[in-house]
Parts: sequence; C-alpha cells; structure tokens
Amino acid sequence: MAMKNKAYVFRAKKGLDQGVVEQISAKKQEPEWMRDFRLRAYKIFLEKPMPTWGADLSGINFEEIYYYLKPNEKVERSWDDLPKEIRDTYDKIGIPEAEKKYLGGVKAQYESEVVYGSLKKSLEKKGIIFCGMDEALLKYPEMVKRYFGTIIPSGDNKFAALNSAVWSGGSFIYVPKNIKVGLPLQAYFRINSANMGQFERTLIIVDERAEVHYVEGCSAPIYSDDSLHAAVVEVVVKKGGKCRYTTIQNWSTNVYNLVTKRAWVEENGLMEWVDGNLGSKVTMKYPAVVLAGEGARGEILSMAVAGKGQNLDNGGKCIHLKPNTTSRITAKSISMKGGRSSYRGLIQISPGAKNARSKVMCDALILDGKSRSDTYPTNKVLESEAIVEHEATVSKIGEEQLFYLRSRGFSPKEAETMIVNGFMEPIVKELPMEYAVELNRLIGLQMEGSLG
Amino acid sequence: MLKIGNLEVKIEGKKVLAGLNLEIKDGEVVAVMGPNGSGKSTLAYTLAGKYPNTGKILWNKNDISDLKPEERAHLGIFLANQSPVAIPGLSVNRFLWNLYKVRKVESPKSLGVMEFRKWIEKKVENLGIGGELLKRGLNDGFSGGERKKMEILQMLVLEPKLVILDEIDSGLDVDALKRVTQVVVDEVKNRKMAVLVITHYSRILKYLKPDRVAILKAGKIERTGGWELTEEIERDGYEK
Repeated sequence: MAMKNKAYVFRAKKGLDQGVVEQISAKKQEPEWMRDFRLRAYKIFLEKPMPTWGADLSGINFEEIYYYLKPNEKVERSWDDLPKEIRDTYDKIGIPEAEKKYLGGVKAQYESEVVYGSLKKSLEKKGIIFCGMDEALLKYPEMVKRYFGTIIPSGDNKFAALNSAVWSGGSFIYVPKNIKVGLPLQAYFRINSANMGQFERTLIIVDERAEVHYVEGCSAPIYSDDSLHAAVVEVVVKKGGKCRYTTIQNWSTNVYNLVTKRAWVEENGLMEWVDGNLGSKVTMKYPAVVLAGEGARGEILSMAVAGKGQNLDNGGKCIHLKPNTTSRITAKSISMKGGRSSYRGLIQISPGAKNARSKVMCDALILDGKSRSDTYPTNKVLESEAIVEHEATVSKIGEEQLFYLRSRGFSPKEAETMIVNGFMEPIVKELPMEYAVELNRLIGLQMEGSLG
Repeated sequence: MLKIGNLEVKIEGKKVLAGLNLEIKDGEVVAVMGPNGSGKSTLAYTLAGKYPNTGKILWNKNDISDLKPEERAHLGIFLANQSPVAIPGLSVNRFLWNLYKVRKVESPKSLGVMEFRKWIEKKVENLGIGGELLKRGLNDGFSGGERKKMEILQMLVLEPKLVILDEIDSGLDVDALKRVTQVVVDEVKNRKMAVLVITHYSRILKYLKPDRVAILKAGKIERTGGWELTEEIERDGYEK
C-alpha cells in the first residue's frame, strides 16, 4: 500500500529522533532560532508523559509514524500546476470550485506541506497576508519570531511540544489595522498516506479594529494503520479586532486528532471559535480564549458527532484576566452507534477580573443505549464580582417526538434526522451556508442505518 | 369511512379500551365525550398507531390495525394532538415544507417553495397565527393556543380524509376557537373530511355541530345520540 503514494519528493524516515527534527529544519532552510526552538521542543516532548486524563491514547505508536512528507517542490499558484493525483483529490472535495464562488483566499495542505496558495488581488492590495507558515518564516521573519510560540508555548502539553518540534505547513495570516476581510479565507488539510503525521502550525494576527473569518476543513481516506494529526493554532486579536475561526473536522476514523488552539484577545476584541467535529478516531481539542484586555469577548461553539469507534473529547477554555470580559461556550454533541463524546471545559476568572461574565451551555443527545456522553466542567472563580453560569442537558430522542413526526407521515429515519438536525441548528446556523449544507449532509451520512 | 369494531387496548396490562364500536362516514362530524380516564385520548392515539390493539379498525374497509403511524398518515388519517411535543431547532417553515413533500394525496397540487410560502401565509392569517412563529422551532416555547393552531395548520397542509381532534379546544380562547373550528367546518364542507372530535366539554361542539354524539365510559361507547346529549351532560354531568 505504501508504494501507492508516490506523490512526494521527499520523505523522512519512519519514527522520530533528533536527526529527523534537524533534517526537517535543514530541508526548510530555516533560521537558526527556529532550529533551536524545534530542538528544545523535542526535548520537552520526550520529557512529558502521555496525558491520561482524557481519551485513550495508548494506540499511538510514535515509532510507526512518518513525521515529514513533502509532496511537491513548491507552493503552486494554479491548481493546474499540481501533480494530477493531488489536484484530483482537491477537485473531489470541491475546493477549486468553492474558491471561485465565495472565498477570499485558499491554502491547501497535502501531507506536510502547503501545495497550493491563493489570495484575491484586492485583499493583497490592502496589505493582508495569507500564506503558508513556512513561507511566512522566510518572508516575514520578524513578525513570525515575535509571536510564534508565545500564545502556546512548547511546554503547554505533550502534543504542542511534538508539533513545535516537527511542525510543517499551516497558515499565516496578518490583517492590518482597520481592514475587514469580507470573504472567508480557507485552508484545507489533507492526509493522504497511511501512518502519516500532520503537524501544521497556524498563526493569525488580527490588528486593531481589523476583522477576519478563517475556515479550515480536514479529511483523509481510511487506512488500516492509524495516522496522527497534532496541530497548533495561535491567534492574536488586538484592540477592537475580531476573528472567527471555523473548523469542520472530518478526518477518517483512523486519525488521532490532538490539537491545541488558543487565542489571545486584547481590549474590546472578539474571538469566536466555531468547532465542528465529525470524524477522527480520537479527538482531544479545547479551543481557548485568553481575555487579556478589558471588555474582551470570547465565544466558543463546539459540536461533536461521535459514531462507531469514535471518542470525541471536545470543549473549550475561557481565561478571564481583565474586568468586564465576557465569554460563552455552547457545546452540542450527538453520540450514536456506540460512539462516545465528552464536553471538557475550563472557565477561569482571575483575581481583579471584576464584572467578568461567563456562560456555558452543554447539550448532549444520545441516540441509542450503546453510546455515551460525559461532561467535565471546571470552574475556577477567583474574583467575587463575577458571574459564571453552567447549564447542561442530556437527552435521548423522545418516543413522543418520534411518534409525533411519524404520525405526520415521516419514516423513523426521516423523523430522527429532523430531530438531530434541529438539535444542531444553533451551531449549524453560524456556518457559512455552503458549510451548513455540507455539515447536514455529513451528519445524515453518519446516521445511515443508525435506527434499526 | 371509519368503522371501529370491538376495539380493545391494554396499556401496561390495564384494559383502557374495552370493546369500543364507532362509525364515521365521509363528511360526518362525530363527537366522543367522556369523563377523565374514560379512554378518550387512548382512542385518539390508537387510531394514529401509537398503541397495539385487538378488534378491528376498518378504514375504507381495510383493517389498519397493524399499520405503522406513517402508513396511516399516508392513508389520510391525521391526529391533532392534545399536547403536541416540541422539536427544537426544526423551523416551522421547513417542517411545513417537509410535510407538504411527504404527504400522499390523490390530486396533489404541486406548488414551488415560494408559492407554498404564500399559500401558508394566507392560512396563517385565517388561523390568527403570528407570522414570526413560522421562523421558530416547531412548538418550541409556543403557548397552548399556538400549539393547537399549529396542529390545524398542519392539517391544512396534509389534507387528511379523517381528522381526530383530541381536546383541541383547551388553551384556545373564544375567538381562536371560532377561527379554528371554522377552518375545520370548511374542510368538512369542501372535501367531505370526516371528523372525530374528542372532548371533555361541549363548548367546542357549538361550533362544530356534530352529526352524532357518543358518550365514552370505561373504555366503551355507553350511549349515542344527537345534540340533546350534550345539553344533558352540561346539565347533569357524566355521573348520572
């Protein structure tokens, strides 16, 4: 099977050691500080134990993974210049089509590298930067050096350390002051080989009063061997800025998806994470907002649909450092066919964050007796003048609801789909229309045969 | 035509309907009245396919006892529920359009989405439903009266041949009751829709003017008569 994947120009040996880390850095002709950054991170990765507080990660065999696979010599500006196999893959997913219709710019990552990049001329003229992370390191070294690894240090957790050591690809976005990017910028991540590790690194800087909406999609074909996706995403929202980050994760069910995402939000800034999780074998992902300026706001919409053999451990973290900051987490999950979903979240109100307000709402829908849903909320409120609310509901699809819809002429499956889609509606309506349609379709696919 | 013969239904081992007989012809309005616990709602649900039964439920001469709820709906049987459930997030607009697409009627008018919307708007006005209700989740946070009107709106979309009104009057004020019953009466007149009105009080019957009134007691039809029966119940109660 492995030989089927000829679409690469370089592949590091299987497994990880210091040599592989150095090789990746050398291949990329990186500045020395980045090479040192990687090596320090690699050490931290070795020292940190595997986290055992969440999903079962014992199936990950670090020795069996390819950490770096370069599919193409450079980032192409035209889809036609890509090798046919890669181009066909994106055609099937519909990215070139979507680009024409409603996107401001696209980055396509295949295995370890960004292979295609575009940005509308009109946006480029306004000073907006949207390029691959590797390209950014070479072209905008000062900006990268200033922010890289500052929001999520390598020591944050074992997989952030791993990413910091072997990162490759990902997006870099800079939106200058007062500029509002009207069309979404999209990145699409694809793992196409077995035993592949994808470690993209994304950094988004939204300057004062600027706005951007970034959308990422992910997918992979299914192989008998597991793959690992461990990304790090750092976002900086400056005073009065606004960033929305939308993810539709549809990895195949043999991918371990262990991602660290965090935004630093300054005065009156707004960060919104819209996080949709449908695929993967295991996901552990808790997008975070650090509300570091007065009046900063954070909003996290988390969605999970866990089917057979899947364990989706999602949620969010809101850290209130300053007064008058507000945050809200809305988490919705569906468990079916033996799948397991969990909400795991942290609300922290630091001393002095007066009038901070936070609200968490978790709703879980369990479709059958084999499936499971759990909630693990943590609140650390260290300021008395703050309000933290938490609501959680767990429901099954009611017999009454099913009967009601069936008595109107709908089949049990149609009825169930209507109930499930209704349950997800508060999140789906936040997505751009094209994604909402796609998401409903994917949920429908997952539900095939879920009712006896 | 609906013909129920010797209908028995057990719920959790307890016989709730015990040999019930009833007949409703096309274009007829028949009221079933009875005290609490007499089996009224069980009758309504059983006809819609919620509970298994013994005996016969003949609908146009075919026994539908073993049919699923959706199959009965496709044959033109509609239950307007006493307390309709909510489906949060399922917008009324979308739901009604789905209903329109799933219904099986003999001579379907095939409206496009926009024409259908316009058609709905007219009906909504007739029923006195606030237009903003159509954008909300089905029955989600609706008042009792709003839910009842929503049932009747669904009835209009589906164009059933038999409608079972289970305590449709509760939650409706006099004006709303007049509007709702007028809509039902029009359907009876125009399409010869058959109506089974299940009610505790005779109030609604003033507007629906049933052809016959049946008194249900302990799971059986105890008496059948005309309008005078409702006056008697009004005066003496069910206990006489």
